[in-house]
Amino acid sequence: MHASVSNAVPSAERAAEAARNAKDSRDDRIFGWVLKGCALIVLLALVGAAGSTLWLGSDAFHTFGFGFLTSATWDPSNDQYGALVPIMGTIGTAFIALLFAVPVSFGIALFLTEIAPQWLRGPVSSAIELLAGIPSIIYGMWGLFIFAPFVAEHIKPWLMNNFSADPPDGQVSWLVTHVPAIGKFFASEYPFFGAGVLTAGLVLAVMIIPFISSVMREVFQTVPTRLKESAYALGSSTWEVVWDIVVPYTRTAVIGGVFLGLGRALGETMAVAFVLGNTFKFSLSFLETSSSIASTIANQFGEAQGLQRSALMALAFLLFVVTFIVLLIARLMLRRMAVKEGK
Amino acid sequence: MGAAQATDITGAGSSFVYPVLSKWSAKYAEATGNKLNYQSVGSGAGIAQIKEGTIDFGASDAPMSGEDLAKFGLGQFPSVVGGIVPVVNLQGVQAGQLKLTGAVLADIYLGKIAKWDDPAITALNPGLKIPSNKITVVHRSDGSGTSFNFTNYLSKVSPEWASKVKFGTAVEWPAGVGGKGNEGVSQYVRQIPGSIGYVEYAYAKKNSISFAQMQNAAGKWVQPNADTFGAAAGTADWASAKDFNVIMTNAPGEQAWPITATTWIIMYKKSKNPSHSKVAFDFFKWSLEKGQSDAASLDYVALPTTLVQKIEAYWASDLGNK
Repeated sequence: MHASVSNAVPSAERAAEAARNAKDSRDDRIFGWVLKGCALIVLLALVGAAGSTLWLGSDAFHTFGFGFLTSATWDPSNDQYGALVPIMGTIGTAFIALLFAVPVSFGIALFLTEIAPQWLRGPVSSAIELLAGIPSIIYGMWGLFIFAPFVAEHIKPWLMNNFSADPPDGQVSWLVTHVPAIGKFFASEYPFFGAGVLTAGLVLAVMIIPFISSVMREVFQTVPTRLKESAYALGSSTWEVVWDIVVPYTRTAVIGGVFLGLGRALGETMAVAFVLGNTFKFSLSFLETSSSIASTIANQFGEAQGLQRSALMALAFLLFVVTFIVLLIARLMLRRMAVKEGK
Repeated sequence: MGAAQATDITGAGSSFVYPVLSKWSAKYAEATGNKLNYQSVGSGAGIAQIKEGTIDFGASDAPMSGEDLAKFGLGQFPSVVGGIVPVVNLQGVQAGQLKLTGAVLADIYLGKIAKWDDPAITALNPGLKIPSNKITVVHRSDGSGTSFNFTNYLSKVSPEWASKVKFGTAVEWPAGVGGKGNEGVSQYVRQIPGSIGYVEYAYAKKNSISFAQMQNAAGKWVQPNADTFGAAAGTADWASAKDFNVIMTNAPGEQAWPITATTWIIMYKKSKNPSHSKVAFDFFKWSLEKGQSDAASLDYVALPTTLVQKIEAYWASDLGNK
């Protein structure tokens, strides 16, 4: 566009314009650098945080080697540490949280974008956003004082009576005698105690529903009305429109939202520390107490010294690794989907 | 001291003393204008910070060893006494009714005694109707001075505990579930029928959970209260200990509550900041001598006068506060 400067223009003006152009492009360059800097800060912070946890945890990794990942011992008085139980607890609680949060969030988002009457959308949407703003310690307290006793009284006895090999009512159900190993997943040493992997997972589900559902709602709104209207015009039901038009159109973003919630569930600390029971015994059961990586660090960091401190740092590094692997899986899933769709 | 200019001193460490330190510092600020800023970050963090010299004093529920003190040029002294009590959730059993010995308590925490109607327990409690519930052990999940003193007591009264589990701010618990903080433990005990836990006395009282009475080292049955906590502090063997390095669990006194604890204040022998140190000494002198009623209102017990004199002598001889 600068080429349009004609010869008729006096040279002084031309010089001024050239100077302005030079200044503009310099400003653009500086602006570009600033933006690059901002992005680099994020990268640096991430690499720095992962690197420093690895560095501070190197003592534990050296001492225990690969056994750190496979050992279920956590014994501060004899300085023996293994990360197996916290890793399992972290993944188990996050898995349960997703299991409940994803379908519910999907329902909420669809209701708000497709079915709810106009006047209801605003209030419900703000309520969900408010839920996202509640500090996690509040969820922890709610879990400890109200939800864990509820689980102990109503949910856990029912699950144990139906699925465990050692039910409180003494009658082993048909399912348990005929499906091998199912009892393993529903065993509990303390049948009258509400805290455990399932309880923590459910509390986490409540915590991540607002995140997932508000992302889903946003992206569902981006589906062009003419696509939906066309489908309706062809005689589709609401369900068919949702499943064949809305979901395929927004799939990538929906999965992005799910992983945002998963990230939060993996790293959640306070709420989990209150309702997980904080034990280091290896178990496959959803009803048993356990520990998560984040809650173990929060519990023990204040008083830890020496090798214990290093082991906690090593745990922190493993949380990075777990999160990274999960994100990697998400990426691969998205890529495979893209390939399938022929993109 | 009446300093013309107010000085702000900083400390960090144990959460066990936080309530009484904050009360003391408010009263002290009123009296002198000097402010105390205390961060309740945990004993380990308190020790780390005083070693690095970023604070004027540290506070720890476990004493530092003589070697460590010498290595970093530090000294330590006890500040205030509190009691740790076993709490139970047993239908029909009121506060202070259930009797437990240290050995039985250790066996419960080892998971060896698994039911409340075990002969070891009923033999101690003739005439008390104890339900036949399964015992659920509750312990602290976070590293804490409360756990340190509790496990220290168990390792003094049970050889098996001493060899298997040992003691520390966090240990590998042989049985049970972990609640976060005193709050978490008291909630779990209230929620689980047949559970047993241990909390600071103030928590048991505030939440009206039944506590047990204990048999002390002298063989006497004692209830937890200010008198028995004070008796433990008075009869612990301070005389032969260097740098007050005595953990006063299982104290020998006739009236001594067996699981009594203190928090050590850790300061530099030669402070990098003498004017701050001076104020810190003045603050602790004021709190040891005049802060007793404030401590009592929070269910702590002030140190016995003889011990206070010993501490002040130690300041003069070892910490250069003449």
